[in-house]
Amino acid sequence: MASINADNRGLRLAVRYLVLTLIAIIFIFPLVFMVMSSLKPDLQLLRDTSSIRAFLPVGDISFDNYASAFDRVPVAKFMFNSLVVTGTTVIMSLLLCSLAAFSFVFLNWSGRNVALSIIIATLIIPFETIAIPLLLFVSKLPWIGMEGLTFGWLDTYRVQIIPLIADGLTIFLFVQYFRDLPRELIEASRVEGASWWQIYTRVVMPLAGPVLATAAILKFLAMYNQYLWPLMVVQQETYRPVMVGLQYFFQLNTAWGEIMAYLTIITVPVLAFYLVLQRAFIASIASTGVKG
Amino acid sequence: MKLGKTLGAAFVASVSWACMAAAQTELTMWYHGAGNEAESAALQLIIDDFNASQSDYTVMVESFPQESYNDSVVAAALAGNLPDILDVDGPVMPNWAWAGYLQPLNIDEAVIENFLDGPQGYWDGQLYSIGFWDAAVAMVSRQSTLDALGLRTPDVDNPWTGEEFAAALEAAKASGNFEYALDLGMPWTGEWYPYAFSPFLQSFGGDIVDRSTYATAEGALNGPEALAFGNWWQSLFVDGYAPGTSQDPADRDTGFIDGKYAFSWNGNWAALGALEAHDDVVFLPAPDFGAGSKIGAASWQFGVSATSENADGASAFIEFALQDKYLANFSNVTGLIPATSTAAAMTDNYASGGALEVFFGLSEGQAMVRPVTPGYVVSAKVFEKALADIANGADVADTLDAAVDEINADIERNGGYGH
Repeated sequence: MASINADNRGLRLAVRYLVLTLIAIIFIFPLVFMVMSSLKPDLQLLRDTSSIRAFLPVGDISFDNYASAFDRVPVAKFMFNSLVVTGTTVIMSLLLCSLAAFSFVFLNWSGRNVALSIIIATLIIPFETIAIPLLLFVSKLPWIGMEGLTFGWLDTYRVQIIPLIADGLTIFLFVQYFRDLPRELIEASRVEGASWWQIYTRVVMPLAGPVLATAAILKFLAMYNQYLWPLMVVQQETYRPVMVGLQYFFQLNTAWGEIMAYLTIITVPVLAFYLVLQRAFIASIASTGVKG
Repeated sequence: MKLGKTLGAAFVASVSWACMAAAQTELTMWYHGAGNEAESAALQLIIDDFNASQSDYTVMVESFPQESYNDSVVAAALAGNLPDILDVDGPVMPNWAWAGYLQPLNIDEAVIENFLDGPQGYWDGQLYSIGFWDAAVAMVSRQSTLDALGLRTPDVDNPWTGEEFAAALEAAKASGNFEYALDLGMPWTGEWYPYAFSPFLQSFGGDIVDRSTYATAEGALNGPEALAFGNWWQSLFVDGYAPGTSQDPADRDTGFIDGKYAFSWNGNWAALGALEAHDDVVFLPAPDFGAGSKIGAASWQFGVSATSENADGASAFIEFALQDKYLANFSNVTGLIPATSTAAAMTDNYASGGALEVFFGLSEGQAMVRPVTPGYVVSAKVFEKALADIANGADVADTLDAAVDEINADIERNGGYGH
């Protein structure tokens, strides 16, 4: 009887691993296809798509597509722009959205529930619907900089950063997480005479690692993949991000190999960022039930 | 003393240079060719020559990726941030002129007398834009294929009739040597559909809209001629002559070269690749379905933005750029058809005996511009959807009627688009 149970357990384990392996393959094959295709000339790449060769480093393999991609597009400049815009936005978003959530959860002010409801309601509004009013708005905003007072934010980093710092999803994530923190911690801190700022910096945020990781990853992905907004507000190549740069490859005769090389290059920061934060991300997903 | 004189002369020279530079007006220009090094270099050559040829203006170009160029221009127009010189796709030009993005182009029209129709951007009786080149589509095949199937080799003066084309497709299918007889490029969604396929409709005698008034699509897109076109179009897929909308994009790029298709409906930009693969490639004119053999004209063009305060300088640059030597150079680096026969004679591919000479003849003799109306940008998308639906088995008459209703509703919503 015991041996039958052991067999069942072994069988179940084998089936589970088989299913998980299949799922892993499904998710990883597009990446393998991308990397392998980036090493092949266009004609071979297109011919290989109809066979298993598409996932194998076979045929005329070289790094020529990478060299050509760098020739066609200022890859380093676009990567730098994307990382500046994304990095700044993520950091400022974590700070501002966590402060907003702290206020909603721990401070007692009238109208906070209504305000939070309105912010959460913005989750159902697609960015495309506010893009044009936002464009008209930012194109006339004032700014004080090295050149003194100027009007219009187009063709700058700030126009890609400031309007996108705060968002409903990030605030919602922090609110959900803060609500699960033991109230006793906050009350004890208040009794000890801690200010709200001290509670935020010394009690709440040190416990917010998982939600910080989750919010950072989601914001990073959203910002790194920005396409429509920079397309509308950036007219100079100097400020273009990587996703707009992808369009450089779609000519009358599309350079598929170069596209795959470019995609491989620009995917590296995303994978690296996720790998660094994945443990905290998974912990946060498990605790909040939020799906990315 | 000598040092003092030298320093004095240097000071005077630098001040003069600075004054001259300050006197020059900067003309901003947007171009859709980002990522295309050869094209950008050809354009930069013209700009450099223009800047050196006079002292009033300096042209500065900002390149955008073609796929997102129109969106960038529309956004800039909304924000009141258009440049002096705009690059515009020919069929989109009437919409931008109507929307107030462009002003009429003030150049000596004698300069463009011998230009092909495709690169000329006229709307509402006025010239708004002008291009360097045209593009043409041909039925690409191999002489060995035609000979093996026992088919006549058509030319510009004697294209295949509809019946001959049907017989050619049937012969290719019956031979069993090809996966499909005809590759139409169905995965190339977007402007390819109206550009490449509406000439078939026009050859049947129909059109996307009624060009006599531009006030309706009634009769043009759902009349007897359009119905005949729709039924023929559907038969290509139902009878298995051509792969439908699910055609593998990779096959579109390599299928003809690999021998999967007997005929490929493709543009001159893909011609050199086919010639490299096979030494007996032929470029055949479109079949004549009754109203003549027709292909689409296509060109990106240059115009002056409505908000430009330097229209004279912008126009001067555009006129400067239309010299044959620049048209020829542009053709040599891009492979596109130069806008004039005199420039064609100076090119590698389109001169007499050149590998692509036939395409100049096709452009000159058969090319038809797409409906010259601001509403084209909408009707083109409606037409594309209708063709895809019919290819996928939708009822031809119902689909064309619905397309007509949609186009007419758009024209009405926009007050007739100024016609």
